[in-house]
Amino acid sequence: MSKQIIIPFGPQHPVLPEPIHLDLVLEDEKVVDAIPTIGYVHRGLEKLVEKREFPEYVFIAERICGICSFIHSQAYVQGIEQIMGLEVPERAQFLRTIWGEYSRMHSHLLWLGLFADSMGFESVFMNAWRLREHLLDDMEATTGGRVIQGVCKVGGVRKDISPEKLDEMLKGLRTLEHELRDLLNVFLYDSSIKYRLKGLGKLSSEDAYYLGAVGPTARGSGIDIDMRSTGYGAFDRINFKPVVEHDGDCYARCAVRAKELFTSIDIIDQCIRKMPDGPVDMKFTGAPDGEYFSRAEQPRGEVVHYIKGNGKRNILRHRVRTPTFTNIPPLVTLLKGVELADVPVVVLTIDPCIGCSER
Amino acid sequence: MTYLAKSPWLIHYDASSCNGCDIEVLACLTPMYDVERFGIINTGNPKHADVFVVTGGVNELNRAVIKNIYDQMVEPKVVVAVGICACSGGVFRECYNISGGIDKLIPVDVYVPGCAARPESIIDGIVTALGILEEKRKNMTNVPQKSADNSASHNQNNQSAGGTQ
Repeated sequence: MSKQIIIPFGPQHPVLPEPIHLDLVLEDEKVVDAIPTIGYVHRGLEKLVEKREFPEYVFIAERICGICSFIHSQAYVQGIEQIMGLEVPERAQFLRTIWGEYSRMHSHLLWLGLFADSMGFESVFMNAWRLREHLLDDMEATTGGRVIQGVCKVGGVRKDISPEKLDEMLKGLRTLEHELRDLLNVFLYDSSIKYRLKGLGKLSSEDAYYLGAVGPTARGSGIDIDMRSTGYGAFDRINFKPVVEHDGDCYARCAVRAKELFTSIDIIDQCIRKMPDGPVDMKFTGAPDGEYFSRAEQPRGEVVHYIKGNGKRNILRHRVRTPTFTNIPPLVTLLKGVELADVPVVVLTIDPCIGCSER
Repeated sequence: MTYLAKSPWLIHYDASSCNGCDIEVLACLTPMYDVERFGIINTGNPKHADVFVVTGGVNELNRAVIKNIYDQMVEPKVVVAVGICACSGGVFRECYNISGGIDKLIPVDVYVPGCAARPESIIDGIVTALGILEEKRKNMTNVPQKSADNSASHNQNNQSAGGTQ
């Protein structure tokens, strides 16, 4: 056995927009162990429920993470609505689903860009982020915010989208779809990317299951879990099939995200066609009394918001189990045995979102 | 921006931000906003950087990291606090783990408020910081040192070259 050395990776590192620290134990160029240290983004926002009333806590819940912001606020208000037994207007459910899919697409494009950058494909990074700006423009036009929208509230949504704007969004997505195909051909069929990713960082479906992988990390290993299949929001009226790949390597996880972009476009298309008329919010009185586990599918996997209230304006407990947190044990397994130069690529394939996982 | 004699490089660190401002900082580098037209490059090495862009409200674990990065940067340097969390703590001001603002720890030159700060305002903040950086650099050449005369004449040459182009 050769001598072991430890290389610190992070918290400040060029491939990571966010701080996480890994101690990589190396034998020559091979990683034999990875010891994660987290806590650089811990703000302790769950305790703020004691200081904020439950309708205004939506803004805090949204700021758990700036990438998956909309879906966090959606999962939180869903939980409150379930406890209080509120029947949210249909149109609000469809609008939430549309915005949720928009944020999923912008998150996946952001990831594809960062992923290309970690492999040294600077121009692909720039192109992915150029396409992402189209989505952010639509988000800004309909909600008023680019990455933090603040449009979800208990009992519905704050803004409606006019039928003309919906048509315009649909047309925009059709144009985007063509450009996306060109971009994703690079990720899916380029020989140098395939050479770099195929067989790298393999996660078997047994390991993925027992280590608790969720989202694209699990779906890349052949496990068909997607919270959208449970039919929250308007998903019970939408036909869609989760994207599942079976190889379990970095290429499979990349392919899952690439193909999900088209699933999202299809879901938005169906939502716009089936969009019912009516109000987008409702009045309510009282406060939540009871507890509920609210589950939703984020770009990175399943998120669980646990909410417990006792009939007062401040809820008792809010606890979030985020997808990246459960994806860290699979990541540590993935890192064992890879070359040091592949570490940034492997770390990125679980799409780490530290802001979410530490709150 | 004719007075800019050099290409300022920036280093970005996320000090307990929600990510919103961080992806907007990255969006500044991409074709839509493109800060590279000012000669700005995002670097990972504190020793290469002139501008320190910090987001977030600084939690306990991050204090040492920020101090470390700031101390490793060579003079002259400017600090830009991006986002309302970096300015004052923002919505997380009352969290038990948040110090509330970068200026509690290191001197800040430019504040860019907003949640999340828009790319336009971030670019505006960084360009303002470049003016301050230039100011600091000029003041530095007045400090008596071994190569003061050489560097001053060097700067003048650069500026006149920039003017004629």
